[in-house]
Amino acid sequence: MNVLIYLVPLALLLGLTGLVGFMWTLKNGQYDDLEGAALRILPDDDIAP
Amino acid sequence: MAETLDLSQFIERGDAGTAHMTLAVDGVDCAGCIRKIESGLSKLPGVIDARLNFTQRRLAVDWRDREIGAADIIQALQRIGYHAHPFAPERIEADDGRQANWLLKCLAVSGFAAMNVMLLSISVWSGNVSDMTQVTRDLFHWLSALIALPAAAYAGQPFFQSAWRALRTWQLNMDVPITVGVTLALALSLYETATHSVHAYFDSAIMLLFFLLCGRYLDLAMRRKTKVFAGNLASFKAEYAHRLDANGELTRLPVSGLHPGDSVLVRPGELIPADGTILTGSSAIDESLVTGETAARIVAAGATVYAGSINGSGALTLKVVAAGAGTLVEEVERLLDKATEAKSRTVRLADRAARLYAPVVHSAAALTCIGWLIAGASLHFAIVTAIAVLIITCPCAIALAIPAVQVVAAGQLFRSGVILNSGDAIERIAETDTVVFDKTGTLTLPDPAVDGSSIDPDLLETAARLALSSHHPLAAALARRASKRVPYTGAVEEPGRGVRASIDGEEARLGSAAFCGLSDAAPQTARDRDVSCIAFTHGGRTAVIPIRQSLRPDAIAVTRALAERGFDLMILSGDRAEAVGPVAERLGLKQWQAAVTPAEKIAVIELLKSQGRRVLMVGDGLNDAPALAAAHASLSPITAAHLTQAHADALFLGDRLAPVLHAIIVSRRARSLMRQNLALAVIYNALAVPIAVAGLVTPLIAAVAMSGSSILVTLNALRARLRGPSESIMQSKSGDDAVVTTAGMAEPLLSPAAQPIFAGHDNAELVS
Repeated sequence: MNVLIYLVPLALLLGLTGLVGFMWTLKNGQYDDLEGAALRILPDDDIAP
Repeated sequence: MAETLDLSQFIERGDAGTAHMTLAVDGVDCAGCIRKIESGLSKLPGVIDARLNFTQRRLAVDWRDREIGAADIIQALQRIGYHAHPFAPERIEADDGRQANWLLKCLAVSGFAAMNVMLLSISVWSGNVSDMTQVTRDLFHWLSALIALPAAAYAGQPFFQSAWRALRTWQLNMDVPITVGVTLALALSLYETATHSVHAYFDSAIMLLFFLLCGRYLDLAMRRKTKVFAGNLASFKAEYAHRLDANGELTRLPVSGLHPGDSVLVRPGELIPADGTILTGSSAIDESLVTGETAARIVAAGATVYAGSINGSGALTLKVVAAGAGTLVEEVERLLDKATEAKSRTVRLADRAARLYAPVVHSAAALTCIGWLIAGASLHFAIVTAIAVLIITCPCAIALAIPAVQVVAAGQLFRSGVILNSGDAIERIAETDTVVFDKTGTLTLPDPAVDGSSIDPDLLETAARLALSSHHPLAAALARRASKRVPYTGAVEEPGRGVRASIDGEEARLGSAAFCGLSDAAPQTARDRDVSCIAFTHGGRTAVIPIRQSLRPDAIAVTRALAERGFDLMILSGDRAEAVGPVAERLGLKQWQAAVTPAEKIAVIELLKSQGRRVLMVGDGLNDAPALAAAHASLSPITAAHLTQAHADALFLGDRLAPVLHAIIVSRRARSLMRQNLALAVIYNALAVPIAVAGLVTPLIAAVAMSGSSILVTLNALRARLRGPSESIMQSKSGDDAVVTTAGMAEPLLSPAAQPIFAGHDNAELVS
């Protein structure tokens, strides 16, 4: 069971990374305009022909 | 025009000469719009940044004040093809935004904690039936505590704070048992962990918070969405006034920027922007939105006029006055205060459930503890079992039972064009058994319509296109008939008389009969006071076009459907008896009263109340506002006066009356689902409590039972979506079902240009 000594902290760290990532996106306002984000990827005039 | 536009109340000044403004944009409905608007504005000199929020249909613009002005930006948008309206976000909306972000953070924290604690708990549960050593189990329990305690302290705040607020005023709400349950579960688990016990309930506590936060967030998100939409509509409708400054210059500014004492110029056909006394000029004004009276009132210098009336033929100068004693507005406000007070006494279903629930559960837990002690169990076992009862009855399902249905039903109403103003409106609308309608603007369309049955369609089309060049309100009704929305070039408006233009080489005139040289045609039609006429000549051909208040297209079908459902229907109108009678007759309503004052409307509603009726009031005028507040539930069309809208439980969009019927049908179904959900929660408790009292609850059973019951009530709530409202109206036996179906209303919110209040906009073609 010695494997737990680094597996459990590792699992928690991964989870915390996800949580911090979510908080960062929330603070960045990435959930303010969900419909717009889906549409903004459609026009492709930023790609050089 | 030489007048200046003053938008300063909407602009936030930054440092270094920058400015910021939010605009509600009409007609945004595709991916192309985002690019068109943003790149179109960014090209303007002086614009720093333009960002469109597609979800809210709002545009945030930053610019350098010295290089460009707010009015130029709005004009630029107009050239691209979008109507934009400056928008001042209300404080309550910003508060909601912060609240939503906070709930989302709590949800994220509790979700993270629930996942990790469950990971450890499942290991413990499977370890308990295999070969886990006590040391490993203790380690896992301590790790769970390490995650669960800080997470619960953070994510539980919305519940703790609400429970504390309720307790401080000696009241009980659903958050009190939630707080007690979560706290005790965590405390017990900590004790059990410290004493090397097999069971700990960290996962139950955290999972409970996670489920409840999901419900809270969805509830708030739904309400925010409707508020944002209602805010946009309000800004589209915002009226502008022409202020006469001391130096004789005209400034165009939003009505909310007017102050008492200002002088205002009101041109023919314009809305009177504020209550005031007339300084100069005389005119006939249409007060239908204020009093419900359809015949015009003749006013001259010294007369008092009310905001919301429409100026007819002559230009007026007003002095703005604050609502003073003795005016109609003051009377309405006084009545409103009284009526609103009475209404706040109704108790919501959820609170009634909470009042019943908490004492029952808490005494059951206490009895369990005493019972086991009498039966000779150890003190430790008795307390653990009592707490297990509290944990398993923690009102996860009950707390979700009502909000889940509310969210689904509100979404469904939103799609059929009904915007809820208050959360418990659904419950109250569902309880009504009597519907009282106002006439003008509610049963009839807010704008008069052309009766073109006896006129050559080609001639009517020409007249309608010519009407596009006029500012007169009657001409606006005619202009809506124009299929080609391009005004004739060279059309000249002669204020107070009409419009003339040269069409196909021949002179055309539209306006008063005398203006068109048809003076002998006028007396014929002047008999009927409800019909106004516009005369039209083109070459040798002439026409007198009647314009009248017409019923909403589906008013007959809807009132019949309501009567079939056993509702008592009644009309209470401020208009004359000669105008109300024919409408009541056409709708087949036997109960109607005309020339009713606001106080009398309340009296009638109080009388109905004392007979045990629950009244749904549907009205739009300022004179209806007190009655709306006094009624058990209330609905207003979106064209209603501002004060009236603020006191309605819900607003409906569009030309049809069908949303009234939808609101009742959806609310009734929602109420029956709420009751089913409460019943499900009670059944769950009836099954779970005996197990808990017997002392057989393990953390595994608690987790399965709690999530199982939560998922069950949520799925049951989703059943509200299974049958659309249109279908259930189709089932009613009314003759002309086709009129009532919601086919054209499937997505009224995505194409607001289709709504009547936008009908005058010339980008209607672009949006199609």
